[in-house]
Amino acid sequence: MTRYTSATPDDRREMLDAIGVGSVDELFAQIPEALRLGRPLALPDGMGEAEVYEMLAALAGRNADAEEQVCFLGAGMYDHYVPAVVDAITSRSEFLTPYTPYQPEISQGGLQVMFEFQTAMSELTALPVSSAGLYEGPSSVASAGYLAMGATKRRRFVVSRGLHPHSRETLRTYSVGYGAEVVEVGLEGGLTDAAALAASVDGETAAVFLQSPNFLGAVEDVEALGAAAKDHGALLIVACDPMTLGILKPPGECGADIALGEGQPLGNRLDFGGPSFGFFCATEAQIRRMPGRIAGETEDVDGRRGFVLALQTREQHIRREKATNNICTAQALNALGAMIHLAWLGREGFRELGELLVRRTAYARERLAAVEGVELLHEAPVAREFAVRLDAPVGKVLDRLAERGIAAGYPLGREYPEFEDGLLVAITERRTRAQIDELAEALGSAVAEFRGSFRTDSVQKEPQVGGAA
Amino acid sequence: MALTETPMQAERAKTIYEKSKPGRRAAALPAAEVAETPIAELIPENLLRAEPPRLPEIAEPEIVRHYNRLSRRNFDLDSGFYPLGSCTMKHNPRLNERVAALPGHARLHPAQDPRRAQGALELMWLLQGSLSEICGLPHVSLQPSAGSHGELAGLLLTRAYHADRGEERTKVLAPDTSHGTNPASVTMAGFEVVKVATDEVGGVAMDDLRAKLTENEGEVACLMLTNPNTLGVFDENIAEIASLIHEAGGTLYYDGANLNAVMGHSRPGDMGFDIVHVNLHKSFSQPHGGGGPGAGPIAVSDRIEPFLPRPQVVRREGSNGHGPSFDLDFERPKSIGRLRGFQGNFGVFVRSLAYILSLGGDGLSEASETAVLNANYLKARLAEGRAGERLPIAFDRHCMHEFVLSGKPMKRDLGLATLDLAKRLLDFGFHPPTVYFPLLVEEALMVEPTETETKESLDAFAEAVEKILAEAETDPELAKNAPYTTPVRRLDEVKATRQPVVRQQLGE
Repeated sequence: MTRYTSATPDDRREMLDAIGVGSVDELFAQIPEALRLGRPLALPDGMGEAEVYEMLAALAGRNADAEEQVCFLGAGMYDHYVPAVVDAITSRSEFLTPYTPYQPEISQGGLQVMFEFQTAMSELTALPVSSAGLYEGPSSVASAGYLAMGATKRRRFVVSRGLHPHSRETLRTYSVGYGAEVVEVGLEGGLTDAAALAASVDGETAAVFLQSPNFLGAVEDVEALGAAAKDHGALLIVACDPMTLGILKPPGECGADIALGEGQPLGNRLDFGGPSFGFFCATEAQIRRMPGRIAGETEDVDGRRGFVLALQTREQHIRREKATNNICTAQALNALGAMIHLAWLGREGFRELGELLVRRTAYARERLAAVEGVELLHEAPVAREFAVRLDAPVGKVLDRLAERGIAAGYPLGREYPEFEDGLLVAITERRTRAQIDELAEALGSAVAEFRGSFRTDSVQKEPQVGGAA
Repeated sequence: MALTETPMQAERAKTIYEKSKPGRRAAALPAAEVAETPIAELIPENLLRAEPPRLPEIAEPEIVRHYNRLSRRNFDLDSGFYPLGSCTMKHNPRLNERVAALPGHARLHPAQDPRRAQGALELMWLLQGSLSEICGLPHVSLQPSAGSHGELAGLLLTRAYHADRGEERTKVLAPDTSHGTNPASVTMAGFEVVKVATDEVGGVAMDDLRAKLTENEGEVACLMLTNPNTLGVFDENIAEIASLIHEAGGTLYYDGANLNAVMGHSRPGDMGFDIVHVNLHKSFSQPHGGGGPGAGPIAVSDRIEPFLPRPQVVRREGSNGHGPSFDLDFERPKSIGRLRGFQGNFGVFVRSLAYILSLGGDGLSEASETAVLNANYLKARLAEGRAGERLPIAFDRHCMHEFVLSGKPMKRDLGLATLDLAKRLLDFGFHPPTVYFPLLVEEALMVEPTETETKESLDAFAEAVEKILAEAETDPELAKNAPYTTPVRRLDEVKATRQPVVRQQLGE
């Protein structure tokens, strides 16, 4: 017996007798002899609980996490403080261990959380329909592309280079499958080049993809840029950072048909990139094309208020090859974390946190810009992240700062060869003024040390796939 | 049956927004520490929001109470038997939660330099190696976020593989018993589905397969299969199926939803599959979370490897007395590209590796054995008495880890639909099996007990089914109106689709 199974030798005997076979092997007889493994798996023997703990703790100890380093890394995932109530509630068996709520009578807790979450995301984005949650950010962008093709019967996407590089690449990966063309529009002064965007959108364009704040941290004028989409009957799809939506004009008020993004900043830990969730909100017009689960309010036979999975006729288990998407997961536990975090922040707290991020970011940006050998990569307005240029090899500077216990930021050169000297710096409420001052000081001395030195960055280049840079 | 309302039923469900009152709050934020410049001086006013979103205003005690009360309106695996077919509701070890929460995992930024995330990359490498051995295929990508995402990956890999050989193939074969995600993924990946029939024992109908291959000669990109299939039957013709598909130039895709039946006993790679997805939330004990998160890594053969998503975790041998090191490889010119951001659902990888280490090779093999034993035992118990008569097994032979019953005689003789039986089981404290799937079995009931259930649980479930069928002989209305004891009773799902109310209307 393993420690997770309970069949004793006596149980097995009784069970085999009831089945009418002499051994478990007889049950496996339906597997042709030639296809049976016939040897033990070449994996280590099972380990005791404490041994497994020690081994995985040792591996964990070889990572420089945000507990150990001061983390200015962002690029879509941020080191926010996750309140203790999130852990306490998401670790409850009743939320942790059920399956998707196919039996609504015994899943009212989970379904109501989905309904509350959808309401919150609709509020944040100012769009009336929200999915209960998708996998994560970039694949949600690709799902929006699939929706746009269905809605417009067109196959061309115009994408700002300010959209997260992972989102652009994921959109391209999916587009090869569902047969769409991706056209990229460059940046000018940190912002999407409005003239180039307008020139790229035409009557064959299914959707225009923007991100605000964009990957370089700049707040875009979504409303103005989006006009090009409206003029040609294309959908306007806006990726956004949920933590900025207490401050920035919501996509729904800027003409967006779809607002989506990476949900990690809300109540989810970093986890080296996942699991988190993607949020996905849209106008009423798209409700029957939405990807993923959606909870809806209804009544039971006695007239009691209740919640169910609504609009299931869009989904794979009913529609099969005609489904609006193949996704079945709702990242329900991650969305619950987000909902609790949002309730914990509350209406005022959410706005205050947004203001705090904007002010500390402004401080950090000003502080870094004043450092010798550091200059701003763009001067566009920012909310919680900004980009600088270093007059020294970025990789060497980052290594030096890591020695001082600082993860100084995200090197841009990998995905933006035009910004090989670029560094993206993210601020959360955990980054204190003292830490920002320390970053500025450490950056100053590292840049001074490596200024003019031979430029061999240790940062690996991510090759561009398809399309124009 | 008590017809009085339970206390929970008597209480009207209130959302957190309905408990909100202006001025209440839970969050205590840090002080600004920097100049409190008006926001409009930092960001142009036309880009700012006029009013903050109407989030609930509520203090911590009521947040905790609200969600605790909501949690009690859920049934969960830790509270009772959950024999949901094709979902593998096995125990979720708590050790896995503990190790996943270690700061070195939980607070590791995904963009951390690989040289400072060696533990995480080694962990991914170890998991890749374990899955490779279990699947019998040499290469693994952990990137896909779920089974359906793995399917999409597999189909895009298939497309890239054919394109690389200068072929454009447009059709994907899938049996009529396949999971709904299979055809949905096929369409998303830009292929057309061609259905293959099922034979009298639940396997692929070989004549039909041959006919479909001939009809679509040169056009078949792939065959997607689950083995054991959704009827819980191992397809004995798999070797022949594989050679037919390979001769026709297609790839063979394995939907790993049912891998829990064969771990350490038979490997998809040895059966001839080229691409496999593994549901870490099924066979490898990641908690289902009420509908996610999970993860759907893929294992592939040599010929598919060049096309795997980027980045890949690679191991580099050390030199000069240094140990091996791990890195993320982006230099993959034939790669289909990314399927998502960063490296995948790492938190799930931690839990699944903890599970694999806990069981070891022998333990995994025993887990499958016990899963098959439990399923066959429960099937035998349900072949007795009333269940045997009213709920016959759809394909009468030994099953693997799950089996399918047909409620057709129950409906004909007692007027009870499979749905009624499912709803009545709720009053007995059981999560019902999967219902109305697979589609080719009338009034289907798909039962997967998993290895972590005791014989006592299986007996209790069989007795409950017997009791429900007995009571239905005298009072069929009892089941037709069930459940009675749940927080709410049967809900109007049609209304929720015809006039969808998908968010709360909030006042000012």
